[in-house]
Amino acid sequence: MEQQQRGTKGTADVDRPAARRLHRESLVVLVLEYNTVLIFLAMLVLAASLSDVFFSRNNIFNLLRQVAGLAGMGLGMLLVILTAGIDLSVGSVAALASVMVAWLLGVLGLGPALVLTVAIGSLCGAVSGYLVAARNMAPFVATLAMMTIARGFAFIVSKGSPIIIADPRLNNFGSAYWLGVPAPVFVMVVIFGLVAFLLRYTVFGRIVTAIGSNEAAVRLAGVRTGWYKFAVYCISGAFCAIAGIISTSRTGVGSPIVGTGAELDAIAAVVIGGASLGGGKGTAFQTLLGVLILGIIGNIMNLMNIPGYPQQVVKGLIIICAVLLQGWRRNPEG
Amino acid sequence: MAKTYRVEIAGVSKSFRAVQALKDVSFNVRPGEIHALVGENGAGKSTLMNILSGVLRKDSGTIRMDGLPVEIPGPRAGRRLGIGIIHQELALVPALTVAENIFISRLSRRFGLVDWRDLNHRAGELLARTGFPEIDPRATVANLGVAYRQIVEIAKGLSENVRVLILDEPTSVLAPQEVENLFAALRILREQGVGLVYISHRLDEIFRIADRITVLKDGAVVRTVCPAEITPGDLIGLMIGRTLTAMFPHRDSRAGAEVLRVEALNRGGKVRDVSFAVRAGEIVGLAGLVGSGRTEILRAIFGADPKDGGTISVGGRRLRIHSPRDAVLNGIALVPESRKDHGVILNMSIRKNITLPSIGRLAGALGIIRQRKERSVAQTLAGKLGIKARSIEAEVADLSGGNQQKVVLAKWLGTDCRVLLLDEPTRGVDVGAKAELYRLISDLAGGGLAIVMVSSEMMELIGLCDRVAVVNRGGIAGVLEGAAITEENIMRLAVQKGTGGIG
Repeated sequence: MEQQQRGTKGTADVDRPAARRLHRESLVVLVLEYNTVLIFLAMLVLAASLSDVFFSRNNIFNLLRQVAGLAGMGLGMLLVILTAGIDLSVGSVAALASVMVAWLLGVLGLGPALVLTVAIGSLCGAVSGYLVAARNMAPFVATLAMMTIARGFAFIVSKGSPIIIADPRLNNFGSAYWLGVPAPVFVMVVIFGLVAFLLRYTVFGRIVTAIGSNEAAVRLAGVRTGWYKFAVYCISGAFCAIAGIISTSRTGVGSPIVGTGAELDAIAAVVIGGASLGGGKGTAFQTLLGVLILGIIGNIMNLMNIPGYPQQVVKGLIIICAVLLQGWRRNPEG
Repeated sequence: MAKTYRVEIAGVSKSFRAVQALKDVSFNVRPGEIHALVGENGAGKSTLMNILSGVLRKDSGTIRMDGLPVEIPGPRAGRRLGIGIIHQELALVPALTVAENIFISRLSRRFGLVDWRDLNHRAGELLARTGFPEIDPRATVANLGVAYRQIVEIAKGLSENVRVLILDEPTSVLAPQEVENLFAALRILREQGVGLVYISHRLDEIFRIADRITVLKDGAVVRTVCPAEITPGDLIGLMIGRTLTAMFPHRDSRAGAEVLRVEALNRGGKVRDVSFAVRAGEIVGLAGLVGSGRTEILRAIFGADPKDGGTISVGGRRLRIHSPRDAVLNGIALVPESRKDHGVILNMSIRKNITLPSIGRLAGALGIIRQRKERSVAQTLAGKLGIKARSIEAEVADLSGGNQQKVVLAKWLGTDCRVLLLDEPTRGVDVGAKAELYRLISDLAGGGLAIVMVSSEMMELIGLCDRVAVVNRGGIAGVLEGAAITEENIMRLAVQKGTGGIG
């Protein structure tokens, strides 16, 4: 009985050396746990030493503006990946949203165009989500189909060429500053806050993470797992639409080729952020860092006038390093 | 004494960092002997067997095989010496055939080509040697039942000319009839002079099959005895280091009003016309062979599998149950058969596991979890069930089987459940934890829950249940009550042919 008491009442009476050992171990664990932070800091140091202008206000804002869209897609991807799914359609849905908002703008005006575009994005997600949750289709396959469908619609709507937007308000959004930060960055922060909040404090976040760890157990606990799986694809679709809108506002055109290959960048950001593709593990903060790491790589190489091809190689190497570090963490003794 | 042992372990010790897992252990197996190794989880059984099979290296001591000292630096060396081990989790490749599995390590040594005919023929011979010629060497392992898979494992061991075969909890997944088949195979191996080490928590089986029994406790040998020299009660006493007055708590049968009523439940040929009722405070057992449909009955009641027909009522109210959610909302809870796959989320904390089914009620507006309330609820339930852990933030993966099962029970106590469906609640749990679970289950019944318990352990059904319904090929073959709940009666009903209700 006494032992049970002690067992459940916490660690108050742990002996000192053991506590110290635990402390040191937890420091190591902490460092490994947050290897994304280390990589991020390393990238910052590297970037600063390679270029004087990296830390200039202009460059930082520019970098953040560039990654805002990817952050939206990455954070949506994180929710999907936490349920042990994957969403390959993110880039295509962003492209569809990009041309949709440009087209609807001329027809309906700014407000309705924005709302409808986000709705279309989440409708794309809803179709994938339905196929995965209700029809038991593999997420890879369902979203692969949605990837080509959404891209196809983007080309149909735009007839294959960019739609130049007429409304200066949307154009201004891309270059506007809200509360001293670029408007797209503001949107990114809001999305990040929302996802971080969902995952940390809500039932939704708890269940989504649990589904990725052991879906059968969650279902047998009386939870409608299908509904949650459906929901994460809808959210992902909505975030992708926002990413598409940001792209249109920054460039001034709705383009059907926006976000080509973005699904891989989004997955890369989530993976660099320490999430497991098997589901159940990952945080919004680390995914955001993953996005920023990818952004810094591109930014610094642009500043150094290195062409795009080596950038891809470096990106790949960073992914390998990040995942190797995680593997090491998972099995620290072997 | 010039008698040589198949294997003789003398004075073996092993430490992991500061923990001494084995202290000067001596243990031997004669040719043609079944030597049972018993002890609580953590007593050192697995460590000892891992040393013998070459997975771990000993710190000191000697091992002799057939009189000659040997060193076993790795699992391959162990296999070459003729030491085979059959683990709790079977190590077969499901997609391959029986013959391919048996000869898996030696398929490639044939100039890149496999002589299938010869392979199947030799596999057939080995299966015949185990007494199971009916297993087709060309069958895919995935299509075999667990019992047959085990026989395939044994045949695999034979193909490697085993001199010593270690069986780790071989019957934990078998039904009574299958246990008989396994025992028959083991007896054949014994006649052939193989030395068998039999690790099990099931004492009734040990008393039937073992020639000698060695009790390990805290890494040391307590005693080696012959089954005839000791009673099961005394053996348990040796294992847990204190006398055990009773594994099973005394229960007053003060059953209340009827809570659960199942009528004419059917599910795709697996469950046929099953009807029974359980009153508050009652424990009703479901006995039967593995595959007889016991698990399917529970899953159909719980809405985990769709049912074809039948009604389920709780408290006199007919329910529409189409999903586990419907069942949970109506006060039915399930402790599933496979704890790790269906019961707990291993990489989540005890707290999050416990509050999983009730998390909605612990949240406020916008689904925001009231963290302090969640902690206190989880803490209270963990304390109530005596879950032993560093804290409720510890991962469930770090807990022993018994404590994991308590987590599963705790999570249902956090809901308003009135019916508790238990599927093999003590599987893979050591003796001490079993007694604790029995007490918990009994207390829960005492608290007014209606409990249905599927179990393959006779002792458990006899010791704990008010009534036992015996399931035979999907239907209930008979219901035993009180003194009529005996092993013989259960077995008779479980294996009889042409049971009523099976068309």
